Amino acid sequence: MSPIRQYTLLSALTVLLVISVIVALTSGSVSIPVITVWQQLLQPTPGIEQQILWELRLPRAMAAFVTGGLLALSGVIMQVLLRNPLADPYILGISGGAAVGALAVILLGVASIWIAQAAFAGALLSVFVVFGLAGTQQWSATRLLLTGVVVSAGWGAVINVMLTTSTGNNVQSMLFWLMGDLSQSQTNGWHYALLFSGLLLILSQARALNALARGELLAAALGVNVTRLKLILYFSASILTATAVTVAGSVGFVGLVIPHMLRLMGARDHRWLVPCSVILGGSFLLLADSLARTIVAPQQLPVGVLTAMIGVPAFLFILHRGARSP
Amino acid sequence: MSSPIVQTRQLRLQIGERVLCDQLNLSVVAGQRLAVLGQNGSGKTTLLHSLLKLCRVDESQIEIGGRSLAHWSRRELATMVGILFQENQDDMPASVHETVMLGRLPHLSGWHWESAEDFAIADRALKTVGLDTMKERDVGSLSGGERQRLAIASLLAQNPTLYLLDEPGNHLDISFQIKTLKTLTETVIQDNSALIMATHDINLAARFCDQILLFYGDGTYTVGDTNEVLTDDALSRAYGCEIRHVSTETGFLYYPAA
Repeated sequence: MSPIRQYTLLSALTVLLVISVIVALTSGSVSIPVITVWQQLLQPTPGIEQQILWELRLPRAMAAFVTGGLLALSGVIMQVLLRNPLADPYILGISGGAAVGALAVILLGVASIWIAQAAFAGALLSVFVVFGLAGTQQWSATRLLLTGVVVSAGWGAVINVMLTTSTGNNVQSMLFWLMGDLSQSQTNGWHYALLFSGLLLILSQARALNALARGELLAAALGVNVTRLKLILYFSASILTATAVTVAGSVGFVGLVIPHMLRLMGARDHRWLVPCSVILGGSFLLLADSLARTIVAPQQLPVGVLTAMIGVPAFLFILHRGARSP
Repeated sequence: MSSPIVQTRQLRLQIGERVLCDQLNLSVVAGQRLAVLGQNGSGKTTLLHSLLKLCRVDESQIEIGGRSLAHWSRRELATMVGILFQENQDDMPASVHETVMLGRLPHLSGWHWESAEDFAIADRALKTVGLDTMKERDVGSLSGGERQRLAIASLLAQNPTLYLLDEPGNHLDISFQIKTLKTLTETVIQDNSALIMATHDINLAARFCDQILLFYGDGTYTVGDTNEVLTDDALSRAYGCEIRHVSTETGFLYYPAA
């Protein structure tokens, strides 16, 4: 793919991001015209619109973008690390561990501000369990994948026990968490710093990723320190996923589909794929969340439902079109 | 005379506890082409992989460019030594052009992008193997032979001083086998580089290589000039079946007599 096409793609994605932000800020149970949003952003004047914008929509939009970006980036990394197109950020059990942590807090009735911490702790626990079991020496992609999938299944069983033994109200909160939901999301500087430093770190390894995607032996023969690279990838993807999960629960589909959409559109060089994934992942979740808030307003749907509802047809369309082109 | 491009001293090749070859002394100088022959599992691939630190080996027993292998960083080694693998993995999608550009990877440093020169080198390599008309094709849509030619183009783009070829004839029809090896041997002689190829094809080895390393499968070996090593007796012993030769206009032709 020529650089001109890559720049075109990047510009198109930036335009999409701007549109997504506008949609996220203007739509909702109260729709605010673009011009008012603009005025409020430049010069906040007290009132109901200022409150909605600054206290509800803007923080939520930022949470959506950062979560989408984190998940898409993590998805790219996992797919190269495992060299498996079906890999997603959750495949190694990180979301399962996080879910057990979060659900335990809901089950015990502890204050909900602990959900994020508990989820993060659960995710980290899972990361280390999988890493320990997969073996620190000579861990192959297959071994890592199998260990992750099995640990993930174990967490799934624990989650089911928790769901079946809790009462109505709790089950609703748990289901929202499990499907991914941005209504309770809080982000702070750390989340953005992590996304940004993760992006820089992976960009610095992007050329090596191009080689690793074609096999470990080939990458090593081309001068890549494969053992070190795999450690970097495993732990950075884990931290990115754990962060995303603590913000919004386990929002599905973004990490799996966004990298593939971009690959099918021709962005296979990781130096382009990595930044494009962050932008598209963020925009995608922004749009999905705007729909989640408006589709059955004033009621809200979990954003995870919407990511699948938009993602499935969009992905199938691109896949179908890609299959016909030479 | 300059120091050899590859030299091994008392090299022991093993997989797990099984010793494939012991006390291997080898020296390949600029312009030389060495063929490694022997039965399946006799250590041909292991030898190639050890020269690139791709398997466990005592690195002090190997010298590349007059320097112990232990003192080469992986990155640096990749600018000096390139390998053609027996099989290519294509799990993730990629185009022909992207694949051949991978050969330039060891030559780029830091955050640098490929220069116009890198693109020109890659284009030349594609042209050499006759794939220059399908630059944008997906690797998954190529035939086995085309993939092998692409892997060879990638190796040519890498432009190493030592070419390691593991079964270069794999998937290639007879005319491409001859064409490819001709190109590679000419490149090696012209650039004063060296080539080591592991192969099952005694006739390809006899035609294109001036040195032969013959593994007997019991840990012993013979190494030397092609005409001296390739005797009916030695080949019959190495392969465990009777092998004879006839004289043709391109040299000797070896065939199983049983």
